[in-house]
Amino acid sequence: MSKKQKKASAYWKENVRYLFILLLIWFAVSFGAGVLFKESLDAIKIGGFKLGFWFAQQGSIYVFVILIFVYVRLMNKLDKKYGYDE
Amino acid sequence: MSVQTWTYILVGLTFALYIGIAIWSRAGSTKDFYVAGGGVSPLANGMATAADWMSAASFISMAGIISFAGYDGSVYLMGWTGGYVLLALLLAPYLRKFGKFTVPDFIGDRYYSKTARIVAVICALIVSFTYVAGQMRGVGVVFSRFLQVDINTGVIIGMIIVLFYAVLGGMKGITYTQVAQYCVLIFAFMVPAIFISIQMTGNPIPQLGMGSTLNDGSGTYLLDKLDGLSTELGFNEYTDGSKSVTDIFAITLALMVGTAGLPHVIVRFFTVKKVKDARKSAGLALLLIAILYTTAPAVSVFAKTNLIHTVSNEEYSSMPVWFKNWEETGLLLFDDKNNDGKIQYVADTSKNELTIDNDIMVLANPEIANLPAWVIALVAAGGLAAALSTAAGLLLVISASVSHDLVKKVFKPNISDKAELWVARGAATVAVIIAGYFGINPPGFVAAVVALAFGLAAASFFPAIVLGIFYKKMNKEGAISGMVVGIVLMLFYMTKFKFGWFGGGTPADWWFGISPEGFGSIAMIANFIVAIGVLQFTSAPPKDVQEIVENIRIPSSAGEATGH
Repeated sequence: MSKKQKKASAYWKENVRYLFILLLIWFAVSFGAGVLFKESLDAIKIGGFKLGFWFAQQGSIYVFVILIFVYVRLMNKLDKKYGYDE
Repeated sequence: MSVQTWTYILVGLTFALYIGIAIWSRAGSTKDFYVAGGGVSPLANGMATAADWMSAASFISMAGIISFAGYDGSVYLMGWTGGYVLLALLLAPYLRKFGKFTVPDFIGDRYYSKTARIVAVICALIVSFTYVAGQMRGVGVVFSRFLQVDINTGVIIGMIIVLFYAVLGGMKGITYTQVAQYCVLIFAFMVPAIFISIQMTGNPIPQLGMGSTLNDGSGTYLLDKLDGLSTELGFNEYTDGSKSVTDIFAITLALMVGTAGLPHVIVRFFTVKKVKDARKSAGLALLLIAILYTTAPAVSVFAKTNLIHTVSNEEYSSMPVWFKNWEETGLLLFDDKNNDGKIQYVADTSKNELTIDNDIMVLANPEIANLPAWVIALVAAGGLAAALSTAAGLLLVISASVSHDLVKKVFKPNISDKAELWVARGAATVAVIIAGYFGINPPGFVAAVVALAFGLAAASFFPAIVLGIFYKKMNKEGAISGMVVGIVLMLFYMTKFKFGWFGGGTPADWWFGISPEGFGSIAMIANFIVAIGVLQFTSAPPKDVQEIVENIRIPSSAGEATGH
C-alpha cells in the first residue's frame, strides 16, 4: 500500500469512528429516550413536561442540530490533520 | 383594514418579490439550471433547503395532525428532522465530492449500469410526482379560503407563478426565491405562535410556553390541563399515544431514512462549492427547520386547548365568525345529533357532533385566538410560500430526471448544452401542467400516497447510496436487485393495506404489527439484505469504480459539479 493510500485509509477509519459515536447518540435521544424508554422517563417531570414526551417532541430535535454542528467541527479538524482541507 | 385587504396586500407583495428574484437570476446554462452554477453559499443553501423541505404539509397540516394525535404525532417531529443527521453524516459530503447533477447520476455511475440509472429515474419520478400534486392542492386550499377564489383558479394562479420562476431560472431561480420564501414562511409561522404563547402562558417563547403554567392564575401546567380535558372528553391523554411502540419505532425510522433519501433534498447539496460547505449547510438547514419543528408541537397544544374551550358544550348559535367561515369550506362540520343546540365534541363517534379537518388548526389558529387581521393574512402568505417552494424544488427534480438522466444520458448523449437546457425547460413545463391537473382533480389516493413517498424513498435510494459510499465492494447486481426488491415490497404492502389489492387486509393482519407508513423500515432492511446477499454470488465491481469510491471519501479538491 502506498503512503498516500495509507493516509487515506487512516483518515477514513477515524471518520467512521466519529460517525459511529454520533449516530449512537442520535439513536439514544430519539429511539431510546423518545420511544423505547418513553414510559419510564415520563415519571420524571421538568416544569410542565414529562421527560419522555419532551424528548420525543422537543429534546431530540435540539440534540440533532447540535450533533451536526459537532460533526462539522470534528471533520474540519480531521481534514486539517490529514491535510485534506482547502 | 379587513383580513381580505391585508391578504391581498401581503400575498401580492410576496409574489412580486418572487417574480423579481426570478428575473434577476435567470439560468444561462444547464449548470445554472441543475445546480445553480455550483456557487451557492452554505447559508443561502441552508435557507433554500429548509424552504424546499418544509412543504404545505409541514406548514399547514403538521401542527394540526399533532393536535389530534398527541404523542403519536412525535413520529413526524423526530422523523422529519432526524433524517437530516443521516443526510449530513452519511450522504451529503460524499455526494457533493462525487460532483454530478442528479441522484440517478450517482446511482448510474457508481453502479456502472444504465439499468441502475433507469431504476433510479423511475423511483425519483414516482416519489416526486406524488409529492408535488399534494403541494398544488395546498395552494388551492389557501387561495380559496383567504382570497375567496375558486380552488381551481387558485391552483392555476399557483401554476403560473411556479412555471415562471422554475422554467426561467431553474435551480438558480429556485434557490434564491426559496431563500425569500423561507423568510416569509418562518415569520408567518412564528408571529401567531408567539402571540398565542404570550396570551395563554405569558411566556413569549412557544417552546417554553408549552411547558409553562397557564396565565389564568390557576397555576396548572398547560400540558396537565390538556391531558385532563382530553380524558374528560373520552380521548387518550394528550402526552400518551395509542400506537404501539413497535409501530412508532418503525414509522419514525421510515420517515428519517426516507427524508435522507428524497432526491429533491439530496440534490440541494450539489449546489455548494466545497465538501466542507455541504456539511455546514446541512447543519444550517436543520437549524432553520428546527425553529419551525420545535414550535409546531407548541402550536398544537395551544390550538387544541383553545379549540376545546371555544366549542365544547357551547351553544352553536353563539359560535364566533371564524366557525361559520370554516364551515363554508367544508373543513369544519357540525351535526347536532341530540338536537340540544350545543356542540358535543367527544371521542365516542356515535355522540360526537363536530368533525374538524387537521389543516384548520394552523390556518384558523390566529382567528380562534382573536389575533389582529394582518397576522391572519400573514399565515396565508406563509402557507403559499411553503407550498410553492416545495413544488418548485420537486419540479426541478422531475425536469432534470427527464432532460439529464433520460435524454442526455440514455437516448441522446451528444445533445448540446443549449438544446439540453431547452429540453429541461420543456420538461418542467409539462411537469407543472401534470401537477396542476392532479391539483385540480386530486385522485383519492394522493393524500394516502404522499406519506408513503417516504417509505418508497427509504426502500429504494437510501440503501443503494449508503452502500455505494461505505461498501467499496458493492456491485451493480447487488444494488439493482436490492432497489427492485425494496421498492416492489413497499409498493406491494402499501397497495395491499391501503387500496385492498392482493386480498387487502386489516390492521390485525399487519406484518409484525407495523402500519404501511412504517413499513419503509422493513423494506429498507430487505433491500440491504438482498443487496449484500446477491453480492456474495457475483463479481466485485471493476477497479476504476472502486477508485471512484476511494476518491469520494476524501473531501479535498472537489471540482465543480459537472454533467460529464
